[in-house]
This record gives sequence, C-alpha cells and structure tokens, in this order.
Amino acid sequence: MRARHHCSGLAAGLAVIAMLSTAAAADPAADPAVDPMGSAAWADRTRALFGDARVVFDPRVEVLAPKSAEDPLQVPVAVRVDPAIGADRVFVFADYNPIVPVLSFEPRGAAPYLAFRVKLQQSGPVRAAARDAAGTWHVGHTWVVTGGGGCTLPALGRGEKDWETRLNEVSARVWVDALGGTTAARARIRIVHPMDTGLAPGIPAFHLRELRLVDAAGADAMRIEVHEPVAENPVFTVEWAHAAPPLPLVLTGVDNNGNRVDAAIVR
Amino acid sequence: MTRAALRAVLVAALLHAIPAHCADAWDYALQPQEIAPDTWVFVGRAEDFTFANGGNVVNTGFVITAAGVVVIDTGPTVRYGQQMRAAIRRLTPLPVVRVFNTHHHPDHVLGNAVFAASTVEATAEAAAALRAEGAGFVDNMFRLVRQWATGTEVAVPTRVAVDGPITIGGHTFELHRMRGHTDGDLVIVDRTTGVAFVGDLVFDGRAPTTPHAHPDDWRAALATLRRWPVSVWVPGHGPPSRGTDAIDATHAWIDWLDAHLRTAAASGRDITEVLRDPVPARFATWGVVDAEYARSVLQRFPALERAELKRADAR
Repeated sequence: MRARHHCSGLAAGLAVIAMLSTAAAADPAADPAVDPMGSAAWADRTRALFGDARVVFDPRVEVLAPKSAEDPLQVPVAVRVDPAIGADRVFVFADYNPIVPVLSFEPRGAAPYLAFRVKLQQSGPVRAAARDAAGTWHVGHTWVVTGGGGCTLPALGRGEKDWETRLNEVSARVWVDALGGTTAARARIRIVHPMDTGLAPGIPAFHLRELRLVDAAGADAMRIEVHEPVAENPVFTVEWAHAAPPLPLVLTGVDNNGNRVDAAIVR
Repeated sequence: MTRAALRAVLVAALLHAIPAHCADAWDYALQPQEIAPDTWVFVGRAEDFTFANGGNVVNTGFVITAAGVVVIDTGPTVRYGQQMRAAIRRLTPLPVVRVFNTHHHPDHVLGNAVFAASTVEATAEAAAALRAEGAGFVDNMFRLVRQWATGTEVAVPTRVAVDGPITIGGHTFELHRMRGHTDGDLVIVDRTTGVAFVGDLVFDGRAPTTPHAHPDDWRAALATLRRWPVSVWVPGHGPPSRGTDAIDATHAWIDWLDAHLRTAAASGRDITEVLRDPVPARFATWGVVDAEYARSVLQRFPALERAELKRADAR
C-alpha cells in the first residue's frame, strides 16, 4: 500500500510537470495523446473506452471534486458541461479504479450537470467525457488525492440492521429558483443501496444499474447508467437551467439483481 | 541524458528535499516554555502534519510537583514522547507519576507508549475511541510523517478520569469531563497555579478540527470554560494566553461554520460548490484554515444535506 502512495505522489509530480509543459492542452484542439493529468493509463483507457472516436480535452467540461479526500468511500464529484457542446451523453470514469467506469448520464430536459459521490481506490484523475452531435468526446478532469482503498472495502451499511428492508428507499427534495435564481430548479435524490463493487472479499457485486427521472408532464429529464464505483447510498443532484419541471418527478430504476426503484418526488 | 546520469540527478534532488534536521536523528528540538510556577509547555507549530515538521503541530505540557511530574498529552509519535521525557529529565530528576490525555486524537496521544501504562489517564470515551481508531491513526501518521513515526504504537489509557479535584505533590488539579471537540474531552485545571489545559476545545491562530465534533456541545463547553477564573489558558494548538480571546475565536468559528453549512444545505447547494467558498476575512489569517475548512465540509455537510431530504414514496 505504501509503495503505491509513493507512486501516486510521483505521478502527481509528473502531472504537474505535464501541465506546466503542455499549457496548450486546455485548447480543444490539443493533442489527445498527451494527457494533461500525466496518467500512465490514459492511452489504454481512451482506446478501450472510446475506440476510434475522436477525443479532445476541453475546459468546457468541468469536473469539480475536493483536491484531497480523506474518505475514499464518499468522494464528492460534480460534472458541469457547457450547453454549447450539445452533449447527448456524458461518461464519467476514474483511470486508476479497478472498475474504471463510474456512471454515464444523458441530460434530456435537465441541464448537462450531475453531482454524485464516488469510491476511489487510490489517488488519481476523475474524468468526464461529453459526446457531441458529431460523436466527438470532450474530456475534462481533475486530480483527487486520497488514502484510497475505496473499492475493496465493504459497504458501511452492511453493519446496519435495516438496509435490506430499506433497499432502494428514496428521499429527495426539489428547490425551485435555486441558488439565488441562477438555476431554475435543482433536485437532490438519495437512494438506499449498498453499491457493492464485488471486490470486497466474500461480497458479490450488488449495485444500482440504471435510473430514469421523468417530470409530471412525462418529459424525460435525465437518464443515469450507474456502475459499481458510485458510492454507497448514492446522492444525485440534478439541475434545470431554464424552467422548473412540473412536479411530481418520477424516479424509476433497477439494480443488477432486478430490484426496482420507484418513487414520486412531490417537493 | 543517460539513465545513470538521470538517476544521479534524481537522487541529488531527493537528498536536497530532505530537511536538514533529519540528519540530526529526528530531533523535534522541543523547548519547554515556563508559563507559570512549575508549569511548562511545548508549543507546536500552527501547521498541518508534514514530513518537514514531523507532526510537531500540537501543544503538550507538564507540571513538576513535589511528588513527581504530571504530563498533559504526549504528542504525535513515540519519538516525540521520548524527546518530551528527555526534556523533562533535564529539568527534574523526579519521575512522571501521571499522564493525562485531553482527548483521543493522534497528535495528543501517540507518545503515550513512552510512559508507564499505569500512569496514563483519560475519559472512558477517549480510551474507547482510541482503542477503536488507534490502529488507523498510527497508519495515517506513518503516511503523513513517515520515519518520524518509527516505533509508534497505540497505548490506550488504563486510568479512567472522573470529575473532581486530585492533589499531587502540593498541586490540586481539577478534572472536568466535557464533550464537544470529541465525545470524551478532558480539561485539567491546576488550581494551585490557575493554569487550565483545555486541549482541543480551544484553538488559537489555527483553524479548529472537527472530525468528531458536536457543535452544540462544543459551544456549551466553551461558554462554561469562559466563566472560570483561570490565569493562563493552554489551548491544544496555538500559544498559551491570559485572556479569553482564543475561546471566543473558537466559538466564533464553530458558529460561522455551523450556520454556513446549514444554510448551504438548506438552499440546495452542492458540496463541491460549498468546498470552494472562501472563509470570512476574520479567520483567513489562521494556520491551515483553507484545508481545515475543506475537511470540515467533507466531514459535516453530507449529514446536514441528508437532513433536508424527505422520504419519496412509491407512486
């Protein structure tokens, strides 16, 4: 474990050097083969995740996270994509996690914004790739330093008595004219789920797989494809830029064992 | 550049990066300051744990009584505890007869193993918390200060502190079990000199830490402390002082932080936004205030945010 910390410290140092020496990387046209985060995994990850699709680094894809996260099981991340990109799908991943994909979301009526918590196995980049209408992936990222181990530790809820009876229980709240009027509405949704990665000894993978948020008029707001590294008892924050959605919002979904999520969010 | 030449440059750079005092057998250069008759304090830096400071970021103290030495907190590592004991020996041949831990946090207790187990005393809550979390504290201390922590292991207090006076060698110490910074804080007031060792219930010039804090209890504890006749306050971090300014400043920080996070949670802000808020100017000069603010947000915001949510039932 300690050797790994030293390595990630070195990688962080190299990342700084890389950032200093490739200032042009902030430009969307920058060479996608040169990773501003200095991740040794970047070339492999891009090939595996995006195949032959065009990939560019783009500062209009913002990934917000703490610089340092003491708790690797609950690292908060927010992704905000400039609407000008016209993204139909945003894919979030962590290069150094044993399970690289974190989640994908498709903003429909909702803004291209999603906040959530992720488990991190070690310090490294957290990235979001937004796909435009031409099929190009626009990548933004940030580096999070953490003690690590987040993916191979058992969920904390396993120690609680009632997680099984509360599985997929939803709590939520909607704020209209949120944040001093800068946003038409915001919804925060929490779902009780252990989100087991399958990497903790003796505990099989057990995680939410997909979620769909629809407003009272039947308009699709957001679809989320959820992978194992999303943190236990996921909390999602969704935003509407121009007009608040008619309430109630309806959240439906399913986990990898077929357990359904179904909730009406009235306020 | 050849591989060998590159390696030579890297090795030179690494050697250059090691602080000069490391060559000096990991010397914390502890200098006791006499703050009252028989009463001494080692004042730590207003910094976070780093390899450069070895974790010397905390105040520890001792009182030389006629019957032996009373120690208050033992520092972040066994090396610190050893050097503390050596510094005490330079002032008195008397043995250490009692060691109080003001609470269970690693910077205050990881030198415990240096002292006789039968002398180390804390609240029952602090002992239980150290028993549960101590191994993780030691791992983390190794990660933060590396070789400074060599030999460091957990020594859980064996004596359980109770409220009330206790007289040792002509000094009457009042023990007060309190709660707020942690579940089991212990304040030691030496009635003979008027010195109060208040641990991390009070910070001075350094942002308070909140991983186990209870804001309401903490404020109540500070309001209680403020009324006591005390000549010198020894905070857990920051210089000893005569007035109540440090108590008031700690109180103001808890007030601001608690209100700020509650307001942010109630208005639907996201934790990644709250993390980027600046701290008010009146706190901005404190040591490690930005990092400590971020830690407090990460520790405290999720519960506040969750309290704002309502159960959404199936259709």
